[in-house]
Amino acid sequence: MVKRIITMTVNNRPGVLNRITGLFTKRHYNIESITVGHTEAEGISRMTFVVNVDDERIAEQITKQLNKQIDVLKVVDITDQAIIVRELALIKVAVTPATRGEIYTLIEPFRAAIVDVARDSLVVQVTGEPEKIDALIDLLKPYGLKEVARTGTTAFPRGSQRASSTNKSLFII
Amino acid sequence: MAANMKVKERVAKKQTLCGALMLIEALKAENVKVIFGYPGGAVLPIYDKLYESGVFHVLTRHEQGAIHAAEGYARISGKPGVVIATSGPGATNIVTGLTDAMMDSIPLVVFTGQVASSVIGSDAFQEADVLGITMPITKHSYQVRDIHELPKIIKEAFHIATTGRPGPVLIDIPKDMAVAEAEFDYEQDVQLPGYQPTTKPNHLQIRKLVEAVSQAKRPVILAGAGVLHANAHEQLKQYAEQQNIPVIHTLLGLGGFPADHPLFLGMAGMHGTYTANMALYECDLLINVGARFDDRVTGNLAHFAPKATVAHIDIDPAEIGKNVPTKIPIVGDAKEALIQLIEQNGKRPDVSEWLNKLNEWKREYPLMYKREPGVLKPQRLIEMIHEYTNGEAVVTTDVGQHQMWVAQYYKFKQPHRWVTSGGLGTMGFGLPAAIGAQLAQPEATVVSIVGDGGFQMTLQELSVIQELNLPIKIVIVNNQALGMVRQWQEIFYEKRYSHSLIPNQPDFVRLAEAYGMKAMRATTEEEAEYVLKEAFATNAPVLLDFHVCPGENVYPMVAPGKGLHEMVGVKW
Ligand SMILES: Cc1ncc(C[n+]2csc(CCOP(=O)(O)OP(=O)(O)O)c2C)c(N)n1
Ligand SMILES: [Mg+2]
Repeated sequence: MVKRIITMTVNNRPGVLNRITGLFTKRHYNIESITVGHTEAEGISRMTFVVNVDDERIAEQITKQLNKQIDVLKVVDITDQAIIVRELALIKVAVTPATRGEIYTLIEPFRAAIVDVARDSLVVQVTGEPEKIDALIDLLKPYGLKEVARTGTTAFPRGSQRASSTNKSLFII
Repeated sequence: MAANMKVKERVAKKQTLCGALMLIEALKAENVKVIFGYPGGAVLPIYDKLYESGVFHVLTRHEQGAIHAAEGYARISGKPGVVIATSGPGATNIVTGLTDAMMDSIPLVVFTGQVASSVIGSDAFQEADVLGITMPITKHSYQVRDIHELPKIIKEAFHIATTGRPGPVLIDIPKDMAVAEAEFDYEQDVQLPGYQPTTKPNHLQIRKLVEAVSQAKRPVILAGAGVLHANAHEQLKQYAEQQNIPVIHTLLGLGGFPADHPLFLGMAGMHGTYTANMALYECDLLINVGARFDDRVTGNLAHFAPKATVAHIDIDPAEIGKNVPTKIPIVGDAKEALIQLIEQNGKRPDVSEWLNKLNEWKREYPLMYKREPGVLKPQRLIEMIHEYTNGEAVVTTDVGQHQMWVAQYYKFKQPHRWVTSGGLGTMGFGLPAAIGAQLAQPEATVVSIVGDGGFQMTLQELSVIQELNLPIKIVIVNNQALGMVRQWQEIFYEKRYSHSLIPNQPDFVRLAEAYGMKAMRATTEEEAEYVLKEAFATNAPVLLDFHVCPGENVYPMVAPGKGLHEMVGVKW
């Protein structure tokens, strides 16, 4: 299984999300996460998918099938580009007076923030690459995780692509 | 006078109209000659406006009949089929037809009624989430939420249905939208930035193919329905002859290349000819023109064209490389690609040895069956129909053994004469499809060849055939069985005929007579000769019930999971 990050712009019409996720179900593609939101252009949304696929052929099929949707404007598999990948997580962790300080120190290198404080819990907010979030969650686990909410990955190609990067992304217009 | 008309049209097009009238005006603007439908509560405002509109509407007796008729119409006319159904059950009754059209790339524009906007989502009477249900089985779909958008939606729908890879487009119209009014402007251009099908093939890839052809020792063309959709049959013949490359058809491609042409090898796949299947196995260059490498064509992919470089011409980029790794992908219209290939006039490959081999196979392993005195062999029946119609009839079939026998033994010489359900394999398709086919070509001889099983799935449409006096010849290949199921049970399930034998079928002759239709029965070859002669001399619908040899099987056959070279039933 390989992980691919696919971004696309779509017309912001009723049912578009349904159409896309329906396509994933119909074709038996395995979605790990989806994020959707507005773009700078009115009426156009951006979606970012992380999918697990068996091989390159399936990855190519996904982009091609997505591209056939009338409301899909552009699909790019950006996995192999120089990209910025971000996710946000809210982590509610159990605290005691004894562990409170420890947690504060622990999250510091992650540049995470405490966004809610209660007598027996804290809510930590962290952004970054999904692996960083995994790492923080792992560290907090021993204290007792009460709740975790993750947004899923959103991603962007960087402004300038490294010249030497193996740029295999599939542009199909 | 003409100028005057134009001005009048302009004026008419800028009128303020209700949704129902917009629909009717749009149909006229699209030059739609016939629509197929069935009324109901949610579409009453539309039907009211249809009443005196002059639009030719065929009332089928079931919505499934309407959509299959529209498919038959589209197949034969090359124009989109148009369907209207009411909300809820009317809409769910067209689900099979939509899927069928999606699988076989048939252009349809389908209007469904919907409950009023104000109650959508409240489980109102005859409400169904038609958009949700049909999303995966339409090329695109719309629900009208603002009456101002309706003209644009209809225009886009026709554009999407008929361009690129054709397919069904659905428009769901809430009841209040049919009466709401807005300005009707049908002159605007379609603007769909997310939908720009590539029709012009990439020149570099064309050159690659020309090069590959020149080097090939054992090239073969596999031609699918894409050739027919693109109207590229002439170019296919020209190209095959120019390069001396033999041609194989898929089930849906039949007629794209003349069956009596010396370069034709027959149909490929599960019930294809030995020569076609072995050619696919042995070829060193496989040129796919407008076929989608369906599993019924390829057999086990691990054994498919193992020695070949694969080139694939397809209007749908997603079909290229989907099932079969492809060295030379050519995205584009089949006709444009073939024209470019012909113009390249590349070096003809040396194929004399290959053609010798193929001709030897053709001689050695032709399609075959045993004729026996006193019984009517279904294969013989199809040959007789071929003879009576000089191989020029429009033929529709249902799904099952009879369908395969028609594909094998009705040697189509011309394009656009063949209407069958391929990808979905929809029983009940054949009879209503013939209605559309006949309406598309009123002068043509239309023969609808159906099984005794599938006929009963949509036989209510006899009513329409009789009412419109469509001179369709309905041929029931009556083997008192769900023959194809019976065959698989015989071969793969130790003759355990679980629910596939129907020895007490109704009297189809009297059934047809109840509809007021002429009908005859034949149980031997001699009787068959007689009734066929009589039927084809009649310029009216006739139903013929042929009691064929019940245990007959379709051969040759590639068993599921096997490679094309592992056919059985090739020789006695
Ligand atoms: C709607 C539908 N249901 C079930 C099937 C499965 N099926 C395929 S062929 C067949 C038998 C068809 O029997 P009949 O119409 O008598 O044709 P025959 O094979 O006998 O020529 C069946 C049940 C199907 N293709 N379509
Ligand atoms: Mg039967």
